[in-house]
Amino acid sequence: MRPFLVWLALCLLPLLAFAQAIQPLPFRDRAEEVRFQKLSAELRCPMCQNETLADSNAPIAHDLRRQVFEMIQAGKSDDEIKTYLVDRYSQFVLYKPPVEPSTWLLWFGPAVLLAAGAIVVAIQVRRRARQASASTPANDTEDDW
Amino acid sequence: MIPELGQFALVLALILALAQGVLPIVGAWRGNAALVATARPTAAGQAVFVFAAMAILIYAFLSYDFSVAYVADNSNLALPWYYRVTAVWGAHEGSMLLWVFILNVWSLALAAFSRHLPDVFVARVLGVLGLIGVGFLAFILFTSNPFLRELPMPADGGDLNPVLQDPGMTFHPPVLYMGYVGFSVAFAFSIAALLGGGMEQAWVRWARPWTNVAWAFLTLGIVAGSWWAYAELGWGGWWFWDPVENASFMPWLVGVALIHAQAVTEKRGSLPAWTVLLSLFAFSLSLLGTFLVRSGVLTSVHAFASDPRRGLYILGFLIIVIGGSLLLYAIRAPKVATGKPFAAMSRETGIMIANLLFTTAAAMVLLGTLFPLIGDALNLGRVSVGPPYFGFLFVLLMAPAVLLLPFGPYLRWGRAEGRQLTAMALRAGVAAIVCAIAAAFFAQGHLRAIAGVAGAVWVGAGTLAYVVKRWREMPRGRRFPAEMGGMLIAHAGVAIFLIGVMLSESLSVERDVRLAPGEVASVGGYDFRFDGVEETEGPNWRADEGIVTILRNGKTVGTMHPQKRTYSRGQVQTESAIDAGLFRDIYVALGEPMDANDVSGAWAVRLYHKPFVRWIWLGGLFMMAGGFLAACERRFRAKKIAAEAAAAKPASPALKAGESPA
Amino acid sequence: MSRLLPLFAFLLLVGLFGFGIWWNTQHDQHEIVSPLIDKPAPAFSLPVLGEPARVVDKASLLGKPYFLNVFASWCIECVHEHPMLMTDVKQLGLPIVGFNYKDDPQAATAWLEEHGNPFDVIVADRDGRTGIDFGVYAAPETFLVDAKGVIRYKRIGPITPEVLEKEIRPALAALAKETP
Repeated sequence: MRPFLVWLALCLLPLLAFAQAIQPLPFRDRAEEVRFQKLSAELRCPMCQNETLADSNAPIAHDLRRQVFEMIQAGKSDDEIKTYLVDRYSQFVLYKPPVEPSTWLLWFGPAVLLAAGAIVVAIQVRRRARQASASTPANDTEDDW
Repeated sequence: MIPELGQFALVLALILALAQGVLPIVGAWRGNAALVATARPTAAGQAVFVFAAMAILIYAFLSYDFSVAYVADNSNLALPWYYRVTAVWGAHEGSMLLWVFILNVWSLALAAFSRHLPDVFVARVLGVLGLIGVGFLAFILFTSNPFLRELPMPADGGDLNPVLQDPGMTFHPPVLYMGYVGFSVAFAFSIAALLGGGMEQAWVRWARPWTNVAWAFLTLGIVAGSWWAYAELGWGGWWFWDPVENASFMPWLVGVALIHAQAVTEKRGSLPAWTVLLSLFAFSLSLLGTFLVRSGVLTSVHAFASDPRRGLYILGFLIIVIGGSLLLYAIRAPKVATGKPFAAMSRETGIMIANLLFTTAAAMVLLGTLFPLIGDALNLGRVSVGPPYFGFLFVLLMAPAVLLLPFGPYLRWGRAEGRQLTAMALRAGVAAIVCAIAAAFFAQGHLRAIAGVAGAVWVGAGTLAYVVKRWREMPRGRRFPAEMGGMLIAHAGVAIFLIGVMLSESLSVERDVRLAPGEVASVGGYDFRFDGVEETEGPNWRADEGIVTILRNGKTVGTMHPQKRTYSRGQVQTESAIDAGLFRDIYVALGEPMDANDVSGAWAVRLYHKPFVRWIWLGGLFMMAGGFLAACERRFRAKKIAAEAAAAKPASPALKAGESPA
Repeated sequence: MSRLLPLFAFLLLVGLFGFGIWWNTQHDQHEIVSPLIDKPAPAFSLPVLGEPARVVDKASLLGKPYFLNVFASWCIECVHEHPMLMTDVKQLGLPIVGFNYKDDPQAATAWLEEHGNPFDVIVADRDGRTGIDFGVYAAPETFLVDAKGVIRYKRIGPITPEVLEKEIRPALAALAKETP
């Protein structure tokens, strides 16, 4: 229980302990700054686990943002940066789960559900339409509201 | 002494809830009029005691009664009175009491405004609400009692989390619960219909206003939560697909489907089983949300402290309520397709497609929210599912719905007229393309902004075209019945919302800068001059308050005062400054001094320019207004059942000359 | 038959939730399982606390298994864990390397004087970069590194008697079985 309370204290009540999520960095240009913002918004803070790397006040978030920044400046690609972090902190840090067999259910489940539902709807509509053409297509209310 | 009375009130409420849950349903089953008649009195009785318990808890907070453990944990001597009231529902036990309180508000309303419904039906509906109350009151009394004493009494209490010391916390939970819990009424109506076995078409008409009002409240609650997250909780995020946000969004999505399905069943008699199932789903998702937040099964910034015992109890409750209702559905739902037939191109089909999209979206959100848990169960490793997943798939699923939306009012029941549809599509389509091209110039080629403008104009122009059509074709006084007016306003809300989301998401600018007093930074066409920091204080905090002057083209446009507050217990909180406008928000947050020992030196500051962000909530408010307006439809408030039956005959005195039966 | 589908789907969900509640009693939900288990520890080279001229690197620690304990003077849980390190963990007989994480050397030294020093050697990672290589995100954390420099076990959070019995001793036993 106590470890949980420590998490709670650190992450729900931002402490002025080390650093804040506001971290001015010397970007070379606007495009680089936007890239950094997008990337750190896709990464998850290992400590304050309900915040992105961009928003977290945790000391580790501050360090990892610095790391991401340095890697961007060193010319690494987004994928390389993500791989670097995953190697050290596991898949956990990616808010966008990779598309691989273990996540097929996640990424393709909704599509499968949609397709199944579409088939059901199509069958229902066809059945009703057959009934409709059989009987007079009475739009029996003149005010169709 | 008084807190014990509160506990006693809850016990009495539980007993009455038990009576309310059992007696009327047995009475309806056995045809015993006396038992049936106990429904309203027992509901009123339960409400009286639950209200009393709530009043006692509020009193305990207002009178600084730290002998009550819950009060001591969540408030202290320095907390202002309005946040002491807020603290009543600031943690688990109190929020459960709020749940039951709101359940009773709905039950009372139902008991009062159901004189025109058959007594047997009302008995079953109130009975179901009573049983739900039993579950929650028992949960409170056995696992989450807010009236427990803490002895010896502490001299001062803990604190309400500073993040919650905000008007948002005063407003958001009660309104959200009005929606969440309000779906219990639609649920109860469905159960009553299933129990009754008759499945008269009329029950859907009775259920519609209640469902619309609940959905409207839920919309307001979600809007309030989103606005609050943006303004208070940090960094300009208005939606994060956090598990608890999802827990309120899933019932909302199913609620949208339900409202439309109810229209089909009421007017055409079709899809009664589907409508019943949707109302079971909507409330089930509400209950599920309650489970998710309190069982500790998922990490969430909102989650209350987890406790396996509570989790198991709620799970058992879910099994009884949801499992029981789904079993009843399996046994008693109508199996034969009823209702008037319809062609492939018709409003029925349109609504079915929209239902499919919204239900799939709700399922997608559920899947994404639960996937980390599935990953643990199937040993797939720790997977995180966040905005890149939810946002992406949600847009994919909603795009066809947006395309379909303006056709809605033009599609006739039974068989649509192609001519009108193509005419509208042409007008709205041209308008959308023209505006999209214009947007391309202003938005510097941002695809999302262009798509947002196109989609919004498509929906807006199509809806406007229908408004004009009705205005021209119908005589005064019959142009816009409440239900149609509500629909048009809500659909317009979708257009407004689209502008807000797509433009603010694609055109927002954010910068973290280091500013010494006198230095200027530029964001989004505005210049921000940092003029140093002053000390201020509030009732239970002291703060460093930054002064930031906003200039545009050299002229001062405003001054902003972001704060860094330190509360009496030592917690530090950033209070951002927002300059709100209809067409843009300017948002400034104070970070920390570059040199911790020199607050008069340079500070780290975060600056935002967010175009059209208010349109997000404005769109939501339009949708809410539409829901409330639609509920006012005269047809739903038929005075007596006899008059309703008479109204079906063309020569009925209830109809004015020229009016057609609805 | 299809009418029973929603009920079945719900029961599946109930199973999942029941599992979730049980799983929570066995695991700490916030714990991130380290991807470095059974992988070589990252190469590092850090100055010794208080003696910046002296450097300890991974190579110098090879040949014998050791504990690497991440601690800091600002870390509240470390105070609770420290007695365990001084007694039970020390009695296990393995060297304990202290990893002073993002700390001020003077504060750290004072903290050790107050609470005791169970470490055979202490390295200082002032800016946390080496910590990132180890996947450290909080303190205290403890690694068990074997003679070949492979990380065999990681504990996130303080070492408690229960953790010592249920996790650390079995891990050591597994190590002992390998060495001839």
